[in-house]
Amino acid sequence: MSVQIWTYLFVGASFSLYLGIAWWSRVRTTQGFYVAGRGVPAAANGMATAADWMSAASFISMAGLVSTMGYAGGVYLMGWTGGFVLLALLLAPYLRKFGHYTVPDFMGDRYESKLVRLVAIICALFVSFTYVAGQMRGVGVVFSRFLEVDVNIGVIIGMVIVFIYATLGGMKGITWTQVAQYWVLITAFLVPAIAISIKLTGTGIPQLGLGSDLQGTAVSLLSRLDGIQQEFGFGPYTEPFIGQWDKVNVFFVALALMVGTAGLPHVIVRFYTVKSPKAARWSGFWALFFISLLYLTAPAISGFARFYMLDSLNGAKEQDLPDWFKSWEQTGLILWFDDGDGTVRYTGNSDNEIFRAGALTGPELAKIARQHQQWIDTDGAKGVNARPLMNEMGLNGPDRDIIVLATPEMAELSNWIIAFMAAGGLAAALSTASGLLLVISSSVAHDLYFKIMNPKATEKQRLLVGRGTIGVAVVIAGLFGIYPPGFVGQVVAFAFGFAAASFFPVIVLGIFWKRVGTIPALCGMVAGLGITAFYVISVVFFDMPQWTLGLTDQGIDPQGFGTVGMFVNLAVTIGLTPLFPAPSEKVQALIDQVREPEGWSPPINIDESAEH
Amino acid sequence: MPPPPPESPPQALDPAYESQILKSYWRRNIILMLILLSIWAAAGLGCGILFADTLNQYTLPGTGYPLGFWFAQQGSIIVFVFLILIYALIMNRLDRSHMADRTRSRAGKEAAQ
Repeated sequence: MSVQIWTYLFVGASFSLYLGIAWWSRVRTTQGFYVAGRGVPAAANGMATAADWMSAASFISMAGLVSTMGYAGGVYLMGWTGGFVLLALLLAPYLRKFGHYTVPDFMGDRYESKLVRLVAIICALFVSFTYVAGQMRGVGVVFSRFLEVDVNIGVIIGMVIVFIYATLGGMKGITWTQVAQYWVLITAFLVPAIAISIKLTGTGIPQLGLGSDLQGTAVSLLSRLDGIQQEFGFGPYTEPFIGQWDKVNVFFVALALMVGTAGLPHVIVRFYTVKSPKAARWSGFWALFFISLLYLTAPAISGFARFYMLDSLNGAKEQDLPDWFKSWEQTGLILWFDDGDGTVRYTGNSDNEIFRAGALTGPELAKIARQHQQWIDTDGAKGVNARPLMNEMGLNGPDRDIIVLATPEMAELSNWIIAFMAAGGLAAALSTASGLLLVISSSVAHDLYFKIMNPKATEKQRLLVGRGTIGVAVVIAGLFGIYPPGFVGQVVAFAFGFAAASFFPVIVLGIFWKRVGTIPALCGMVAGLGITAFYVISVVFFDMPQWTLGLTDQGIDPQGFGTVGMFVNLAVTIGLTPLFPAPSEKVQALIDQVREPEGWSPPINIDESAEH
Repeated sequence: MPPPPPESPPQALDPAYESQILKSYWRRNIILMLILLSIWAAAGLGCGILFADTLNQYTLPGTGYPLGFWFAQQGSIIVFVFLILIYALIMNRLDRSHMADRTRSRAGKEAAQ
């Protein structure tokens, strides 16, 4: 059977599974809608958190990113896992004991201020919307690449599916579909990785394979890769601190990603769905365990694919190019502009012949290709050499997405595995999108509508507003997916920095230092977020030279500036605290209660407490 | 007044003793947290970044991984998983033992009355 028929089969089957789960787990109460009735077992919550966390970007793009960055790719691997340690140790059990629905809930009650709640709502909405737009685009891209339908139709199909299961089941439906989505995505990721590991190193465990010798030789794959990288004008793969990724920048970006991960609302909110603080601790462990299965495999795929590409493409003639090259050439993920000798050269120098289409449209690309062909045919007399042109646009090297998408073909796997990757990519994008939509819904329906605008709303009204918000949010997210605003792609990389500079320090201090009052916390958040936003916006949009802070000649990468913002936030909050009044007796008692062992006082039942 | 049952601690139910239990629980929690977070920083930010260039001169025994590279792409993640596992195991035991202290103290108090 062809790849396409297999793809329809897998995508159809997985979508029916998600809808079936949604029908089975439909809910009628707000508690079921926002926190799945707090009855999710720790291991299942761990899987759901893992699927929630691993987006289309983790599944499709991350391995490619590591593949081109080498050692420095570890920034993303460490950053996006290290944050879970902070989350599990500093936040999850306490927030669960506090027993609310959302992050703004905690901020508003701990700091006794509607303004703090409002700032938290705006931050949560901002982060969620920039994120969800990327996911919807991811759904469309997977559809268009594997099923050859229009990107926009893909986005609309994705919207309809998410809308059905998110409105029917709320958090409960989302949780159990995420559990199913986790297994789809992890299987789709592991099978090709294992196959290519066996092919290159003879080891069935990719993590060991990356550190082993090449099949049939006594040379280790990584040292051969280092050699081959240098031979073709790239820096050695395993060598740290090359180019703009010096020690200070690697450190700052990694720390900003870690702290930002711990401050992202759609991850934190998952810990509200379990039975108890004990279960929250366990589900922190399960979450990182399940995430690590993918995050430990991705660098292996990166190394294998990097070696395989450099090794098999360089020196290849037209007729001996592999099949995967030809099939992905059509999508523009990889392009070859020959210099006239009929031999491929993929290098880090100016003689490189491998490019990608990037944001070029079909007609633009066709024109470039036509003129290049003319340039070759006439020996440079007419036409335009495409290579300097592409270099200028920064389009040298293949698209990073190809690393994961083409791995099954590189490993010469059967058609059904290739089709299964499509279902895996869709699972990754849909699971993250649905988690974010729920955060948007709870921020609007619970925090804004119920807690600020209409505190007398009945259960039925609240559910209706919650479901309605998801509907509206799906449509907005879909529109972002169809007409991607240019700034989204640029901004999403900085969402972590904003979360690191705003939420994290204030939540942690709120739990661990009773004395912190409203005004210092507010000033800290504004200062941290303000300086980070100022730096990112000035550098990215207004070409401000990067600050060095006396630490690095390279200047601080805007992605890593969240680390600076976090320290500013901490310094302002801690510095101002002694000058302003302590929180009220009531809040202090509440913090004491959060610090007790489980079961010491009766659990705080927020639905029955008077002020709710 | 009958003597307290042998399994109960000398103090019967009194707020001072209970707040002492709470204090000891919180203190141990903080100590555990600080230890685990230092390992977190040492493995990820230390071995994976700050000392990566030095560590890269060695390879992970038995493999072809340069050590600094291994910490950045594999080792630190493995350490992170174990840190959360240890935290969950020890904290859940702390929860149980401190609750048991209180139960014993209250049982002693009831027997005393």
